[in-house]
Amino acid sequence: MSLLNVFQIAGSAMTAQSQRLNVVASNLANAESSTGPDGQAYRAKQVQFMAAPLPGTGGATGVKVDKVIEDQTSPRMVYNPSHPQADAKGYVAMPNVNVVDEMVNMLSASRSYQTNVDTMNAAKSMLLKTLTLGQ
Amino acid sequence: MVGRLDEDLGFHETALRLRAQRQQVLATNIANADTPNYKARDFDFAQAMQSALSAAEPVSQGGMALTHPAHLPVEATNAGLPELKPRSPKQNNLDGNTVEMDVERSAFTENALRYEVSATLIHSQIKDLLSVLQG
Repeated sequence: MSLLNVFQIAGSAMTAQSQRLNVVASNLANAESSTGPDGQAYRAKQVQFMAAPLPGTGGATGVKVDKVIEDQTSPRMVYNPSHPQADAKGYVAMPNVNVVDEMVNMLSASRSYQTNVDTMNAAKSMLLKTLTLGQ
Repeated sequence: MVGRLDEDLGFHETALRLRAQRQQVLATNIANADTPNYKARDFDFAQAMQSALSAAEPVSQGGMALTHPAHLPVEATNAGLPELKPRSPKQNNLDGNTVEMDVERSAFTENALRYEVSATLIHSQIKDLLSVLQG
C-alpha cells in the first residue's frame, strides 16, 4: 500500500533531519571549546545525507545519514597570551565552527523536519478519508 | 452484474491507486530535499492512467489468462510503479540536488486533493448503488 510507505519515507527524513539538528547543537555548544578529549580544539561536524531504499516497502526510497564528517579546515587562531593553552607566540587554537553557517543549518533542518511532518499529516488525512468510503 | 459493478468502480479505483503511488513518489522527493546529488522524479499521471486502463496485465508478468469465454477480464491492479522520469529543474543547485520544494509541495497538495476527489466520487457511486439495492 503506497500511502503507508509515505509514513516510513517521511519518518526516515525526520530521523535524518533530527540527527542533523543534533550535530548543529553539538557544534554550537562547542563553538568555544579550545580543547577536547584528545587535547586538540573541537572540530565542526557535518552530516552527509544519502538516499537509501527502505526495506519491505517495494522500492520506496528514504533518507539516511551516510556518515558524520569532520570539517578539515584549520582551527581559528585567536591572540590571547593569558590563555593557558596559548602557544609561544600567544595564539590559541579555537574550534573551526562557523556560527552563522550553523544557524543556517539549524533553520534548514527545522524547516525540512516540519515539511515532512506536513507530508505525514497529508497522508494520514488521505488514509482516513479512504476509511470512510461506503459509510 | 459483478462485471458491471467492477467496471463502474474500476475507473476511480485505478485513479486512487495511481494517486497513492504518486503521493509516495512525491513524499520521497520531499524527504530527499537535502540529499546531495538526489534527482527528483515523478510520473505523468494522465499517461499512467491511460496505460493502466487500456492494458490488462500480460500472462508473462503474473496476469491471468482467459481460457473460457465466460471468464471475466482482470484489470491490472497490482502493477508496479509507473515509469519514473527525472524532473528538469528550473534552477540548478550546487550540490546536484534537483528537488525544488515549491514544485514538490504544490504537486503534493494537488495530488492529495485529487485523491480526495476520487475518494468522494467513488463514495457517491457506492451510495447510489446502495440506494438502488435498498429501493
